[in-house]
Amino acid sequence: MADKIATREAYGNALAEYGSDTKIVVFDADLSKSTKTDNFRKKYPERFFNMGIAEGNMMATAAGMASCGKIVFASTFAMFAAGRAFEQIRNSICYPKLNVKIGATHAGLSVGEDGASHQAIEDIAIMRAIPNMTVISPADAVETRYAVKAAIEHEGPVYLRLGRLSVPVIYDESNYKYELGKGITLSDGNDVTIISTGLMVHAALEAKALLREEGINARVIDIHTIKPIDGDIIVKAARETGVIVTAEEHNVIGGLGSAVAEVLSENYPVPLIRVGVKDKFGKSGKPDILLQMYGLTATDIAKEAKNALKKKVEK
Amino acid sequence: MKKAEIKDLKKYAVKIRKHIIDEVYSAASGHPGGSLSCTDILTALYFTEMRVDPKRPVWEDRDRFVLSKGHCSPALYAVLAERGFFPKEDLLTFRKADSYLEGHPSMKNVPGVDMSTGSLGQGISAAVGMAMAGKLDKKDYRVYAIVGDGELQEGEVWEAFMAAAHYKLDNLTVFLDYNGLQIDGNICDVMSPEPVADKFSAFCWNVLKTDGHNIEKIIESIGQAKDFKGRPTIIIAKTIKGKGVSYMENQAGWHGSAPNKEQRDQAMAELDKVLAELEVE
Ligand SMILES: Cc1ncc(C[n+]2csc(CCOP(=O)(O)OP(=O)(O)O)c2C)c(N)n1
Repeated sequence: MADKIATREAYGNALAEYGSDTKIVVFDADLSKSTKTDNFRKKYPERFFNMGIAEGNMMATAAGMASCGKIVFASTFAMFAAGRAFEQIRNSICYPKLNVKIGATHAGLSVGEDGASHQAIEDIAIMRAIPNMTVISPADAVETRYAVKAAIEHEGPVYLRLGRLSVPVIYDESNYKYELGKGITLSDGNDVTIISTGLMVHAALEAKALLREEGINARVIDIHTIKPIDGDIIVKAARETGVIVTAEEHNVIGGLGSAVAEVLSENYPVPLIRVGVKDKFGKSGKPDILLQMYGLTATDIAKEAKNALKKKVEK
Repeated sequence: MKKAEIKDLKKYAVKIRKHIIDEVYSAASGHPGGSLSCTDILTALYFTEMRVDPKRPVWEDRDRFVLSKGHCSPALYAVLAERGFFPKEDLLTFRKADSYLEGHPSMKNVPGVDMSTGSLGQGISAAVGMAMAGKLDKKDYRVYAIVGDGELQEGEVWEAFMAAAHYKLDNLTVFLDYNGLQIDGNICDVMSPEPVADKFSAFCWNVLKTDGHNIEKIIESIGQAKDFKGRPTIIIAKTIKGKGVSYMENQAGWHGSAPNKEQRDQAMAELDKVLAELEVE
């Protein structure tokens, strides 16, 4: 088994790694030990500001700082970033297209024991609906590192969706290349395509292995940038494999599955099945158990891939 | 401040009030009441105190201004136009689809606007962020903002006040446009923010009071704020909503409605009379 690292940990490390640029400033809302912005604080205390438990103010303050030439990373849990501070992000950050990067950790059900109040399953939907916003949802530590770098280089607001749970490292540092807005075909296949994001990318790879045992050859795509979405890679997969399954740790309404459905229905309609949270709130429990309870495992993806195959219309 | 200069400032304030009426009249919408109440403060800031250069609207070392009560854009646009940031004629395109003069200030569209505002409570946070950036970069620019008294009902304002005191932002000066009215009536009937001065003191701000229509006094307060070290300053400026147009004064109904032709003409006649009096003085 490969190493396991939480994407929030990789985020904190990347901030410390790339933080030498004095334009970079980091804000947190009393969660720096959890969001791992503390890793940056230890190295660059003069450019770290705790804004207290006041997420709305933190976001609009970050906007003011960014208007003075800073690249501000503002971190808190995804629930309180996309949820509590939605309107500050919309009006003070995105409308004037300011250089604020929102490091939103503890997204999805894998928050675990804290339960529904802390498990953001709507954040992708909320954030991708805002003009000027870029939405990134990395799959592992390597991808997170380069996503942070890409966010620094990108001019404008970015929402980085990160997880609490330690997850397997999928990518190899030596040959990984992050390109904003470009999906990655992790594994080729021509029977069905599994399009996934975040920690579900690893589950998608496992699902591929399960399907292979039954003679089904699945393509696996990692969509790390949910907005702007890579329409080309999706349409190509639809054309070549005829059916698609999406997998995300988010409500099936408004997230990756919806974004893929938008691309497909406008460009190349093929049957689609969305694996995700079925419009329900989360609950407390061990992350692995919750992912099972809510149908977010490799087995669930493999099952839906087979259901998708039944819907396949030969063109 | 010499007497002649004060007289010039007073004239500018009347001209700005005239622009406000014309902007709102030509758009047939907008917010005259609160714009007229913060006119003298804006005049004092942009014509005496603030280090700005209309030729370089995004000059790094400029003083910054945030109109947290963004609905009063007619006043800000009028001041910026009079100060030379963009042509005065453009004011008549206010709120029109082919104009850059958005209903609420947009920093991406309007030269001289330092922060996009309109959603109450957020501008003050942005001003805090600018002041923090100034401290971090050891720059000597100052940051000014105007908040509405109704706006104080937004919790974010107090989050921002807490942060500004915590980070000892003595480069930040905020005016409270204390006109006592909001959309639904008297602020104390809707949701009283009183006692405001005590609240600001309790939030560890330096608290000053002034007459928000006396330009000399406003300038004096700004000077005191600049001299005060270690804390941000709030200047509670007593104002009259609709100031300068008789039928609009102290009328909540003029918060967000435009005058008709007759009303516009009356307002202009009243303001022209003040201007003429200033000329002969
Ligand atoms: C967050 C938010 N809620 C509501 C409004 C609608 N609104 C615009 S102006 C206003 C009243 C503002 O009153 P005050 O701050 O006293 O401003 P002034 O009277 O000086 O115009 C309201 C409720 C808004 N712009 N933003």
